[in-house]
Amino acid sequence: MSDFISDIWGHYIAAIALIGIAWCVWLLFSQRKMPKGVSTSDDTGHVWDDDLRELNNPLPRWWMWMFLLACVFGLGYLILFPGLGAYPGVLKTSSQVELAAHREAAERMQHQIYAKYLKMDVKQVAADPEAREIGQRLFLNYCAQCHGSDARGSRGFPNLTDNDWLYGGEPDTIQQSITKGRNGVMPPLTGVIDAKLAGDTAQYVRSLSGLAYDPIRASRGESTFKSTCAACHGGTGKGNQALGAPNLSDNVWLYSSSEGAIVEAILKGHNGHMPAHEEILTPERIRMLTAYVWGLSSTSSAAAGAAGQ
Amino acid sequence: MNAPLKSPPEGPEISETRGWRPAPPPKTANDATEEALYEVRRKIYPRSVKGAFSSWRVWLVILTQLVYYGAPWLQWNDRQAVLFDLGARKFYIFGLVLWPQDVIYLAVLLVISALALFLFTAIAGRLFCGYACPQTVYTEIFMWIERRVEGDRIARIRLDGDPWSLRKFRIKTTKHTLWILIALWTGFTFIGYFAPIRELGSEILQWSLGPWQAFWMLFYAFATWGAAGFMREQVCKYMCPYARFQSVMVDRDTFVVTYDVGRGEPRGGRSRKLDHRAAGLGDCVDCSICVQVCPTGIDIRDGLQYECIGCGACIDACNQVMDKLEYPRGLIRYTSENAMRSALSIAEARKRLVRPRTMIYMVIWLALMGGFAASLAMRTPLKVDIIRDRGALGREVDGRWIENVYRLQLINATESPVTIDVKVDGYDMKGLTVEYDQTASTLDPTSNRLLPIRIRVPIEDARQGTHKIDVTVTAETESQRRSQIRQSTSFIVPRNL
Repeated sequence: MSDFISDIWGHYIAAIALIGIAWCVWLLFSQRKMPKGVSTSDDTGHVWDDDLRELNNPLPRWWMWMFLLACVFGLGYLILFPGLGAYPGVLKTSSQVELAAHREAAERMQHQIYAKYLKMDVKQVAADPEAREIGQRLFLNYCAQCHGSDARGSRGFPNLTDNDWLYGGEPDTIQQSITKGRNGVMPPLTGVIDAKLAGDTAQYVRSLSGLAYDPIRASRGESTFKSTCAACHGGTGKGNQALGAPNLSDNVWLYSSSEGAIVEAILKGHNGHMPAHEEILTPERIRMLTAYVWGLSSTSSAAAGAAGQ
Repeated sequence: MNAPLKSPPEGPEISETRGWRPAPPPKTANDATEEALYEVRRKIYPRSVKGAFSSWRVWLVILTQLVYYGAPWLQWNDRQAVLFDLGARKFYIFGLVLWPQDVIYLAVLLVISALALFLFTAIAGRLFCGYACPQTVYTEIFMWIERRVEGDRIARIRLDGDPWSLRKFRIKTTKHTLWILIALWTGFTFIGYFAPIRELGSEILQWSLGPWQAFWMLFYAFATWGAAGFMREQVCKYMCPYARFQSVMVDRDTFVVTYDVGRGEPRGGRSRKLDHRAAGLGDCVDCSICVQVCPTGIDIRDGLQYECIGCGACIDACNQVMDKLEYPRGLIRYTSENAMRSALSIAEARKRLVRPRTMIYMVIWLALMGGFAASLAMRTPLKVDIIRDRGALGREVDGRWIENVYRLQLINATESPVTIDVKVDGYDMKGLTVEYDQTASTLDPTSNRLLPIRIRVPIEDARQGTHKIDVTVTAETESQRRSQIRQSTSFIVPRNL
């Protein structure tokens, strides 16, 4: 009874329930017979609207027995199930216990569906049409809010279909990303690089992906890139999947390719957050999702892999 | 127009005995002040009767039960023709497959049924109760068995009065065995509308029926046995709401089962040779057969009462007596209050069935039925819901396009596979194209699917803001039957990409 200040309230509720039932039974019993001295005419004497009379017909006896039966049922229910204040009932059921039971039953049922895929390699699972449908439904439920219904992401949320991976595209790393989440941190470099130099560096970064750039400014930015950015993104800008540092040379942009957007990234940094799902999804579901996500960019190799097994 | 009503005929005051009123409570003979307020049911032993209304009822019992017991066994397209699959949330009715989205049809069907009830009640009272209500129909079946096993009214009264003997036990056992068999078959048929009945049959034979199916089968069997075997007229008297609100649906021109007071009274026994008119007697010989045949145990000569289910058994019974006495038939007959009061001819009374009330009911009823049929016939067996991804406004692709992502919730309500095709039109924007996984564009029979689609516009045509666009989904079956649905949604070009 933690919701209430005092235990009194539990007894209060229990008393109301029991007195209510007792009162119903007493009322039924007291109405068996017409009291002495009361007129036994057809009606009670109450008249409305000139001719609408309230009759005093006897109730069918089966109705009385049904009512008594309902009272017995009510008492039985209150003994077996929680209802009398804080008394938990003989069966000790509660919504938490029921929820746990339902969840367990649901997981058992899901396990039957997932069992056959647990025996398969993730790449084979990815090639299975039924598994892909399951994966898609899971994806639409848990992933599509950020990565989009078509898994192609949007600004700040990676595209999962383009074979460009921040942390690696092997099933193990995908599974790791889903289970434990990821924190992609690009540190803000305002104190290290001034705004003008950041613009030059952005020109150099654009040149890495073969976009239009200003060669003079880019050459000025190159040295900054090599001294500062290369620590994570590598000397040639190919990135580092161990750190989650993006490849800057493949013209795939998590934010935007414009100079302004790159300057903003350098000066203010970015903080990409993929939440951990181990608390939300069962390992079986994470495995189905892993197969689905892996299959999005590796359909042909998956088919080949599955055919080879 | 209807003729103006004549003033009531001279003679005994008849309006006292007319109109809706409940039967007076039974008075205990010994002590009037000790009247019981819980009434013990006095069992009714209806006498069997033959006649036109009785035949009608027999035929309607046969017809309704042929439909009820027969329908689940029919096959259609290699499946049960009528099946309400609650688990899969699909209702199969012959060629029709209804999804939860079609629940409007159920609502309209209920409105049509309610209006039919209003219409028929305004024309001739409780026609439904007397002939088609399951309570009446099963009571009729159970009473038929009772008559076959125990005999007619007198034999049944005598049997119930006898002390228990081997013979009484044998007769009662036979009756209840037959009743329970029919009740069980009724329960089995009922659950057969919700799960394939052929499989249920073999499951019962193998004793492997699921717990809920077994529960509902026994529940409905018990309800049938209890309601048709024991509760009988009490269901109509105490439980059925129709009995209580019918009084607002009938009026003075409604045809109801009526005792002709003017002709029948004063009632009394007489010698056959007596000229009863000259002796001051009415046509009613007070044989009480009309009371004996009544399944709700009322005396129709007290006027129309709410217990009367309009079965017409008393009409059949009285006509037989009138025939024997060589009096004209129809001392109890279907007629209206106005016809009785103003001594209208039967043709005049029938003419009054055409009155604004019935005509308005009829017009609304027919219009609804027409609309219902047309709507079912023109129903699109494809359902589309388009939901725009809410996580992102829009995205730039390759620096060339602005792209929005949508989910199509597609439902194929036909029983053949369909291939869908998605097209998009902009109102104020040109160059819209749509892309989706073409391998996912085939929908299995009676299936649903979520299909993500991408709609894009060249960056040079993209103007900032929200634009109304139309998405058209065309579904084509293998036999080239097409259905099309067009839905509007919005396309957003964000300010900063």
